[in-house]
Amino acid sequence: MSDSNIIPKWLSVGVIPLMNLFLAFCVSGLFIFFIGENPFRAISVMIKGAFYYPGAIGYTLYYTTNFIFTGLAVALAFHARLFNIGGEGQAYVGGLGVGLVCLVFDQYVVGFLVTILAILGSVIFGAIWGIIPGYLQAKRGSHIVITTIMFNFIAAALMVYLLVNVIIEPGQMSPETRDFESGVGLVQIHILAKYLGLDMAMSPLNLSFIVALTVSVGFWFLVWRTKFGYEVRSLGHSETAAIYAGIKVSSTIIIVMAISGGLAGLVAINELLGVHNKLLLGFTAGYGFTGIAVALMGRNHPFGIFLASLLFGALYQGGTELDFEFSSITREMVLLIQGLIILFSGALAYMLNPLVERAYLKYYGNYSNA
Amino acid sequence: MPESFQLIISLLDSTIRIATPLIFCAMAGIFSERSGIIDIGLEGKMLLSAFVAATATFLTGSPILGLFAAILASCSASLIHGFACITNRGDQVISGLAINILASGLTITLGIALFSRGGQTPPLASEQRFMPIEFPFLDQMSYVPILGDLYVEVISGHNIIVYLSVLAVLFTYYVIFKTRFGLRLRAVGEKPEAVDTAGISVIKLRYQSILIAGMLCGLAGAYLSIAHGAGFGREMSAGKGYIALAAMIFGKWNPIPTLFACLLFGFLEALGVRLEGVELMWIGEVPVQVMQALPYVLTVVLLAGFIGKARAPGAIGVPYSKEG
Repeated sequence: MSDSNIIPKWLSVGVIPLMNLFLAFCVSGLFIFFIGENPFRAISVMIKGAFYYPGAIGYTLYYTTNFIFTGLAVALAFHARLFNIGGEGQAYVGGLGVGLVCLVFDQYVVGFLVTILAILGSVIFGAIWGIIPGYLQAKRGSHIVITTIMFNFIAAALMVYLLVNVIIEPGQMSPETRDFESGVGLVQIHILAKYLGLDMAMSPLNLSFIVALTVSVGFWFLVWRTKFGYEVRSLGHSETAAIYAGIKVSSTIIIVMAISGGLAGLVAINELLGVHNKLLLGFTAGYGFTGIAVALMGRNHPFGIFLASLLFGALYQGGTELDFEFSSITREMVLLIQGLIILFSGALAYMLNPLVERAYLKYYGNYSNA
Repeated sequence: MPESFQLIISLLDSTIRIATPLIFCAMAGIFSERSGIIDIGLEGKMLLSAFVAATATFLTGSPILGLFAAILASCSASLIHGFACITNRGDQVISGLAINILASGLTITLGIALFSRGGQTPPLASEQRFMPIEFPFLDQMSYVPILGDLYVEVISGHNIIVYLSVLAVLFTYYVIFKTRFGLRLRAVGEKPEAVDTAGISVIKLRYQSILIAGMLCGLAGAYLSIAHGAGFGREMSAGKGYIALAAMIFGKWNPIPTLFACLLFGFLEALGVRLEGVELMWIGEVPVQVMQALPYVLTVVLLAGFIGKARAPGAIGVPYSKEG
């Protein structure tokens, strides 16, 4: 399936996705209504929670950062018509990269250098977790959807094992490593603001957000302005055409999956270097899966992904506010909304096309026929 | 009875308990995927039906009604899947994923709204559940060595849904390989154009297949919450739908080998639990996570063609349209 060629681009890329999103929110509203709460009050609570309270915007942008990374990861694979469901596992293993670098070096090397190495570690470890399914798809023909799902579970088991048995802080009960030495980590924006004489409310927003924005621009350049990006997109349009054009399909697939995994791995810098300052169990918290919704909504374009990430950031942060304001709806409501968005913006993305096409032809079609 | 034999008996017993939901879901997967529809949503359908089964049973007091409600809920999820990827020709993987996430959010949200117990349903009394069935002649059989123990400890004493899972496998085998419907179903998963040319509706066949898949997932969900368990807990399907998916691939989309894959994966889990903290000769202690990861690792290895090739149905994942 692809976008319609009957209607102009502003309709198919702008209006229809918004209509799909609107439908998803309508259905979510219906659920809230059936539960016996006022959907409009829920929305206003969520908007306040996401933007209004002190520090709220910081929290929203902190979640946004995660979604930009995982959204870009899924989107790059989509451009090569690969479905990388493994963002969750790649982010998790990326965290192992951060953790190992920090635990090994942080007592001997300057914090700044360790941080740089840890960022590289997250990318490399995430990439490795993407390369293996990529290789299996390219060389052995295993379906990437299935392998990446399996790799999510393998990653989870691996991380539990390592955190419980190997790199746990000695004498500690909860499965997490010791804190990284001070000086290691990405500085939080509100602390940075204080140095500049600005007064900002505390929030976990950190320099990773800047990294995410930079990576987004890099993503755009890579996909639309380089030879490699052209090869990736040709492969996505038609594998046969790509082969005839002399594009090396297998190596392109493997490189795409490496970059995709690396992008997902960057979630670890936001979570571990920016906030927790140690490696802990389950820090990915489903961000990898949300990345799929983000990529679908953002139509695989960095700008779209930024907007979609912002939306999901606001939903996550606003969702926590639901817990305080309502007795019968909680932050899990956001999971429901997320599912509906994936359904309407992803699986049913083209449901409205015939409707819009008919409406468009009715109003504008007469000119061409006359 | 020697201790090692006792251990094997109790391992087999837990294998069956663990494998039951896998078997239903894997058979559901076979129906769906043999007709050309990828079904990532097994997990979500199982979770949703587990919740509905527990809720309906709690509200009505009847596990039979709970079971029917579970099947109904699971089939509705199948219909959403069908509407998205058969009628609207949307992406099957995305649709399945949406169902999984929806089920996750929906069960917790509704659970909290209905019962205010943090997403759990109230515990069910034993008369509200499908309880273990004792087979006849247990006393007499217990004197027979080995076979008798197998009969008493492993074969007897499960709830009705466990036994239904055996029927589900036979049903799947029979329908897919011995009926006209099954022949068409396989054809529609390999070459839908051919089926269409023969004047049979591709769309109708695929809807029928995923509805059967829905019913089977409903049984799996009901097993979790009103037979094996006594109520619904958050995320209680805990990845079983994905293990079932792996088992289906491991069984190469064939019911009988898939049954054995489910039993193997069930056995691995039972063994993993049993081996926790036990020092083995030569190896030392086997971490429970190794056993947990093994089904996935084995499936990856199989898919990569290192131990025989798993070939998916030809037209899987491709939406069908007459215009081509």
